[in-house]
Amino acid sequence: MTAVSLVENIWTEVEKIPTRFGYGDGLVELGGTNPNVVVLGADLTSSLRVDRFRDTFPERFIQTGIAEQDMMNLAAGLSLVGKIPFVSTYGVFCTGRAWDQLRTTVAYGGLNVKVGSGHGGISVGPDGATHQALEDIAITRTIPGMTVIVPCDYHETVKVVRAAAEIDGPVVIRFGREKVPVITTPDTPFEVGKAQVFRDGSDVTIIACGVMVYESLKAARMLEDEGISARVLNCPTVKPMDIMTVVDSAQETGAVVTAEEHQVMGGFGSAVAEVLCRHAPVPVRTVGVQDVFGQSGSPEELMESYGLTAQAVAGAVRDVLEMKKR
Amino acid sequence: MEEKARQRLEAIALTIRRHIISMLAAAGSGHPGGSLSAVEILVSLYFEVMRHDPGNPAWEERDRFILSKGHACPVVYATLAEAGYFPVEELQTLRAFGSRLQGHPDRKKLPGLEASTGSLGQGLSIASGMALGFKMDGKSNRVYCLMGDGELDEGQIWEAAMTAAHYKLDNLCGIVDRNGLQIDGWTCDVKSLEPLADKWRAFGWNVIEVDGHNVCDLVRAFGRFRHSHFKPAVIIAHTVKGKGVKSMENEAGWHGKAPGPDLAAQILEELDGGERR
Repeated sequence: MTAVSLVENIWTEVEKIPTRFGYGDGLVELGGTNPNVVVLGADLTSSLRVDRFRDTFPERFIQTGIAEQDMMNLAAGLSLVGKIPFVSTYGVFCTGRAWDQLRTTVAYGGLNVKVGSGHGGISVGPDGATHQALEDIAITRTIPGMTVIVPCDYHETVKVVRAAAEIDGPVVIRFGREKVPVITTPDTPFEVGKAQVFRDGSDVTIIACGVMVYESLKAARMLEDEGISARVLNCPTVKPMDIMTVVDSAQETGAVVTAEEHQVMGGFGSAVAEVLCRHAPVPVRTVGVQDVFGQSGSPEELMESYGLTAQAVAGAVRDVLEMKKR
Repeated sequence: MEEKARQRLEAIALTIRRHIISMLAAAGSGHPGGSLSAVEILVSLYFEVMRHDPGNPAWEERDRFILSKGHACPVVYATLAEAGYFPVEELQTLRAFGSRLQGHPDRKKLPGLEASTGSLGQGLSIASGMALGFKMDGKSNRVYCLMGDGELDEGQIWEAAMTAAHYKLDNLCGIVDRNGLQIDGWTCDVKSLEPLADKWRAFGWNVIEVDGHNVCDLVRAFGRFRHSHFKPAVIIAHTVKGKGVKSMENEAGWHGKAPGPDLAAQILEELDGGERR
């Protein structure tokens, strides 16, 4: 498979920007082109980077106070009168606390509500486990009709925001707090429901989303030195998954490793495994948080300690290749 | 209100009570108590107060009605059918496999339903979102939201109450079906609501208290709502759970249980007797 072109030197001089900035900037751009777009915030306006939208389009920004359940249903009501609302708060709140509102009113009702799910993953850091969304992918992707997207960097997040407004139905966009490498360019193609080869290889496929895409690319580079040719798929759309690309890659390489900044149970890796066990049952290893809560610490410490690094991905690749040999 | 208009609304209310009993008996399950208590509220709204067009359910200029207490959908289905949104005969399919009349409202299935509700506490927020959207667009549509009194136990109702007052949503009218009962018993025993009117006032709402079975009072109350400015309004409608059916009145046991065929026949006879009086 042909790899899409990325930023030229992602190893030594890569720029780092938080994906939440992509959410905020994407909304400002979208607000300029689509007058129906409204943004709701629950007292986390600057943190979610939607202060830029608020300052640019004050009449289309709705402050709800610290009331996420109300916010989700306000968005539902706004969508019912023709608005395209983007609910913006931390993932633990908009997908957790307001899950029933998201499931029953928004998704069951087939409503056009977008959920900007910030501070995804353990890299939230010192705020600790209460604020680290590690179950959000699992609990949103099981809702019928939901689209769930986890962009890998700043530019992809901008494109996801743009694309979400074009979908008639609920969309969850998951992004993070920390600065992460910018590996795509404004011109890198993006399509909802499509996975892309970010690096070609023939022995194993690493399928990743979010910040783990960069770690997977690093892992593939490390493995190259050991004579292992690893393909890296960027799979931002967790649901609906790009079944064809995932299955083709699994069949061509014969082994799969998934990588996500999320619990290994029920999340992205599970979604890939569901597809593979039906269409291409190759050996699979999943990299992610192993059924434990996070804790306070620096993002780097936490990523390292919870096994969300290139080294961990490379280790999983070695494991899965052992299985492939059997 | 003119005597003739009152008689018309009361006649429709009786028909709707008959529909509720017969459809629940056909379904074999459902919620009679809180449907019967809200009959006059629904009749006043759909046959006197609201701007709507049964022939064009998607009419943009229509007022919106949200049934926050989704389990009371039999009264809404019966009202929509009587208003002409769909054939009255379809009421007999309530809760049946493949029916558009789901056990709790599914907006995607049935024309006339504005939201899918049933998980309590969510309707007032949905209604607020609609009212806010109309305000943003400078539109004159009004939004009505019917809540149960037991439903007020849900914290989200009070989040929405704060939001609606903050945004001065005077195009939003909440209605509390104050029948005093919920599944586990009297609302005052389950969790005290009083002083309920004071609570709403303290949250920044205009409060109107009425006899929820008096169509004249209800229509007048909705008129007062239309003339209140800069604040949302809530009508606390004092009602009787199971109203109109002697064996069901004020009985928590009839919250979520359908009458069997024999009892249903007896009730329909009782209702007919009422009509002849």
